[in-house]
Amino acid sequence: MPTSRTATIDPSKAVSALLVAAAVAIVGLLIVVPLMSVFYEAFSGGVAGWWRAVAHDPDTRHAIWLSLTVAPVAVAINTVFGVAAAWLVARFRFPGRSLLISFFDVPFAVSPVVAGLALVLIFGRQGLLGPTLAWLHWKVIFAWPGLVLATTFVTLPLVVRELIPVMESIGPDEEMAAVSLGASGWQVFWQITLPNIRWALLHGIVLANARAMGEFGAVYVVSGHIAGATDTMPLRVEKLFQEYRQPASMAVASVLAGLALVTLVVKFVIEHRLEAEARELELARSTDGTTHDATLEAAGP
Amino acid sequence: MSIHIRDISKTFGSFKALDGVSLDVPDGTLLALLGPSGSGKTTLLRIIAGLEFPDAGTIEENGADITERHARSREVGFVFQHYALFRHMSVFENIAFGLRVRKVPRAEVQARVEELLGLVRLEGLGGRKPSQLSGGQRQRVALARALAIRPKILLLDEPFGALDAKVRVELRQWLRRLHDEIGMTSVFVTHDQEEAFELADEVVVMNHGQIEQQGTPDAVFDKPATPFVMDFLGNVNVYHGRVENGRAFWHGIPIDYPDYPHAQARDARVYLRPHELEIAPAGTAASRPGTSLPARVLRVTRSGAISRVACRPHGSDAELHVDVPVDTARDLLLQPGVQVSITPRTPRVFIPGPEYVI
Repeated sequence: MPTSRTATIDPSKAVSALLVAAAVAIVGLLIVVPLMSVFYEAFSGGVAGWWRAVAHDPDTRHAIWLSLTVAPVAVAINTVFGVAAAWLVARFRFPGRSLLISFFDVPFAVSPVVAGLALVLIFGRQGLLGPTLAWLHWKVIFAWPGLVLATTFVTLPLVVRELIPVMESIGPDEEMAAVSLGASGWQVFWQITLPNIRWALLHGIVLANARAMGEFGAVYVVSGHIAGATDTMPLRVEKLFQEYRQPASMAVASVLAGLALVTLVVKFVIEHRLEAEARELELARSTDGTTHDATLEAAGP
Repeated sequence: MSIHIRDISKTFGSFKALDGVSLDVPDGTLLALLGPSGSGKTTLLRIIAGLEFPDAGTIEENGADITERHARSREVGFVFQHYALFRHMSVFENIAFGLRVRKVPRAEVQARVEELLGLVRLEGLGGRKPSQLSGGQRQRVALARALAIRPKILLLDEPFGALDAKVRVELRQWLRRLHDEIGMTSVFVTHDQEEAFELADEVVVMNHGQIEQQGTPDAVFDKPATPFVMDFLGNVNVYHGRVENGRAFWHGIPIDYPDYPHAQARDARVYLRPHELEIAPAGTAASRPGTSLPARVLRVTRSGAISRVACRPHGSDAELHVDVPVDTARDLLLQPGVQVSITPRTPRVFIPGPEYVI
């Protein structure tokens, strides 16, 4: 009976198949194909051509070097700030606390270009701190410190946002237990707090690093795009592209994309660990008294 | 080590957690802080541990003021409600933690932890992670960890709250024996009156940040100081009656009450526990009008060796609960619908207004 065949198909299955197909198509069209074409273009002159574009141009070399120094410093600042801020917010109740939490999100809400302009307004030569910095002979805007500031600004929420929920779900009991056992503040932090949040912290660091490496808008404004001096990798990609040197531009872009893929793998591994930790926390909280305590039966103390 | 608490107050925002609490814990006592949630018992425990600081009042240990002393240097062992074991450390490392931060030599740590593992009956489990233990085992790791530093006072916050009934009873008896062996001043918080009465030498009943009554389990149970204590100890029949001329009236039945000799009648609450009521079949010698109350049996339920009989007095929609031994219930043929008479034995009377609370 051929008529009944279509009728037995669960309509929800058809819908879900359609949705999966749509998702695959969108991901393929918007992410996989463009990314593959970057690599295709980058290696259009072979590996040798790619290597020449990446390693033999001194300005490109400097851009890669600059990105590899700016991002870690910004991430390090973020890590210290993130841990301190998350601890403050997760462990204490004070007036203005929720306002403070909303402020952590400002860098996500504000366009990076605006962030860059704001930094120029404060640290630029005509800016609020301009005269003081000139007197100290400190160059912030159009220099390395400005790049670090801009990168730190745009990545600020990533670590702290990652840590707050984890610290809140773990709660203060373990830390207080350590204190009552005689541990000092530093001992509590290094031996109890940090091991408990390590995967969440690493996750935040990886995300912040990925964002720091790829940041364009804010860095664009504060860098002054001086080739061989303040051009980071994304700025270098854009400049080469504007100069009609597409293969070279794509070669640098492929380095950035490669870093992103590595980040993705690391992130995947860490998320796996985070889930395992969350399950363990759940398990530790469970009122598991159902197992009969055979160890008690032996004798009294 | 004895503890003397004087006029401790603590406020969280607008919530008064403790309101002028004074308490003495004699050396070597096992004391229970008993009360409903929000009564301030955990706050008081944490203040003794130095995990919270009071807004007013002082704490002394053996006569030395320790009010401002940090938790780290109080030499107090604290067992948290959910154990708060260090999840990423093994059982061994958990117990060793307090010794390690005190820079105790490695060999000594090893010996002490082994000794404690034996004490809490967890030999051979030192390598396990807390998540690999049962609830009762975790509880004992928490206890061993607190005892490792040889504290002068042991504090336990709802120590058996997260365990199921059987494990709870086993651990309770075990903890009592452990306390008798070590003889350390111990304070534990509980909302379970059975736990407090079975385990403690001394029971402190708390409510709304204040102490309602302190005394031995017998004293608190037999002579509840306030209606709250009476209510909180549970399973009680309350009747809103009156007192006059040295008598209280319970469902119209006069009961001697010499504490109120005045002629002017006052509202009073009469409390009778289920085992303080006598039940007899209607029409027997025990049922005399004026001293016993005619009623009808609604339900009979069994709880261990006790039958719980629910009755309804004639002309009332109140429900009275009477406990009798199962055999008695069987002999008296108690079952729903049977007519009975109920005689009060030792009621407690509370008159609203502070001057008449006995």
